Amino acid sequence: MHRSIHRAATVIAGAAATALVLSACGGGSTEGADLDPDADLSQQSLTVSNWAGYYPEDLPDKFKAAVGTTTEITNHATNEEIMAKLTAGGDSGIDVAFVSGQFAQALNEAGLVEPINPEFIPNASNLYPEAKELSYDPGNAFSMPYAWGTTGICYRSDLVDEPTSWNDILEPSDENKGKVTALATERWLMLPAQKALGFSANTTDEGEMQQVKDKLIAAKPGLLAYDDTTFYSRLVSGEATMVVAWDGWCNYGTAEDPNIKFTIPKEGSDLWADTMVILKTSKNKEAAHAFINYILDPVNHAWVAENILYKVPNAPAMEAVAGLATDYPNMGLAPADLLKQESLVDLGEAGPMYTEIATEVTSS
Amino acid sequence: MTTTEVRSSGRGASRRRALSARAVFAGPGLLYVTLFMSLPLLLILVYSFLNRGRFGGIVWEFTFENYARAFEPVYLKVFTTSIVIAGVTTVLALALGYPTAYAITRLSPRWRTVALVLVVLPFWTNFLIRTYAWIVLLNTEGPVNSALVDLGVIGAPIGLLYTPGAVVVGLLYAYLPLVVLPVYASIERVDRQLIEAATNLGASRTRAFLDVTLPLTLPGAMIGAIFVFVPSLGNFVVPELLGGGKTVMVGNLIRDQFLEARDWPFGSVFALFVVALLVALFALQAVISRRINGRGRARA
Repeated sequence: MHRSIHRAATVIAGAAATALVLSACGGGSTEGADLDPDADLSQQSLTVSNWAGYYPEDLPDKFKAAVGTTTEITNHATNEEIMAKLTAGGDSGIDVAFVSGQFAQALNEAGLVEPINPEFIPNASNLYPEAKELSYDPGNAFSMPYAWGTTGICYRSDLVDEPTSWNDILEPSDENKGKVTALATERWLMLPAQKALGFSANTTDEGEMQQVKDKLIAAKPGLLAYDDTTFYSRLVSGEATMVVAWDGWCNYGTAEDPNIKFTIPKEGSDLWADTMVILKTSKNKEAAHAFINYILDPVNHAWVAENILYKVPNAPAMEAVAGLATDYPNMGLAPADLLKQESLVDLGEAGPMYTEIATEVTSS
Repeated sequence: MTTTEVRSSGRGASRRRALSARAVFAGPGLLYVTLFMSLPLLLILVYSFLNRGRFGGIVWEFTFENYARAFEPVYLKVFTTSIVIAGVTTVLALALGYPTAYAITRLSPRWRTVALVLVVLPFWTNFLIRTYAWIVLLNTEGPVNSALVDLGVIGAPIGLLYTPGAVVVGLLYAYLPLVVLPVYASIERVDRQLIEAATNLGASRTRAFLDVTLPLTLPGAMIGAIFVFVPSLGNFVVPELLGGGKTVMVGNLIRDQFLEARDWPFGSVFALFVVALLVALFALQAVISRRINGRGRARA
């Protein structure tokens, strides 16, 4: 709705046919700013916000050496934290932000992100074709994917048979009772029950969510804990036998104990993506595009796969680290298989319903 | 002009001087408190009557909806759980902290300092690390379980971790020093001559403690209790780490509303509830300690 108002404003301004009026209204228009291909990037400076430890520490130095732009990287701990900064109004001072896909979508709906100008990101040709079909932003109009993956069950293959269903977690067998964990962050807290019941991971239907809630409340006594951060070490210690896990994080367990394996339950799962967006308020849009282009360079992008053990949507980068799939099979998951999972999109007005259900479940 | 008038005007001038001196001394502190305490509180109050912005923040539309929602059973349950857990923690903290503080006052001055340093020593380590240590201690493969098994108390390791009990243990550990210190200060201040007088008049040591020391130190103990109760209520790290996310307290609720749900107005309502509770507890403490002091004077 927000966007259409601005679009109307742009049309009226267009009728007035003065570039001056256009630029004054430009704040929320869907048109990108005119980028200067000859801009002196060494005269621009960037502030980038990313998750701590999600990028090489020498990234600013290398980017400066390659392009000439001075870059400062600030860290955020969660999507919600950076969203609060970006939506507080005014200029956040951030040029490029790393956020998950559904949050990039929300930022775009709020008119806060700059359309990506593909001419300034030639390295986008490295992306898998599947990476341009993500439902939060088909065609990568306003975001560029940085890493992607799915959620499944991470388990000790020496202690339990390969789990096949989300119900192996939600209704564990007697010997696994109290030895399974689930994720605590809302969307992923809901996911196993949503999929086990055959619903969408993006459902906003109250009746469906009621069933999800009942199923999760029934599952709670069988859980050791809700755990977003240490689930893989619980597998290593043997405290847990099966945990709901993001693929990349399961790899951290596998690194310590090769018996730890990852599987996607038969009911299917989600497809999550972390993306890069350029803020409308950025005064350094040429440098911001150059930064994203630099990340999409196969050598730089492969760093993420190699060090974070997350899959990146970059074909030559993944080919360069194909060997990782020997130790970490989920690194070899084909983009086409990944795309079979359901891409998470923003819930809009249904957000509070998810939160309330999460509270009811965890406090039950 | 009569002498009384001179005297009274003189008194007025000195009162004015005292007042301006007070303003100079208290000014910076008051300004700080006003800016960084009252204003945020006011902001929370205002937010609690507004609507949620979709991406966090607020929308300037007046509503009582947030307060209505706060009384839904799910949130009342969270409040009850929190009050029970924080209450049990407080009672245990007093039961452990009061005797500890009492024992410290009986030490020689040198050892007293050592003991007090030991009490605050845990504060020198990061709170998160200390809480993680409890995970190591309490998990099924941990030393507490294996010791209990070795001693034959239990047959097989039991789930100590991720229970409301583990949350109480963690909170008690975190806030025990906060009860020891004020209680120590109030026992220290008790006039020994009063106790001597009581024993000289034939009271047993128990009687002297119950009739003299305990009432005089009650205000300090209550301060300590508030210092434990209120942060316990607001703590969200311990329920998450030691409670395994299975015990939800008001602190978790507030944190989740602000950070996960991006529902600032609703989170503000709960934040205000906790502030109101704090104010009520301090008011109660003030009333009781005034009554105790009053009684002391009446007897004297």
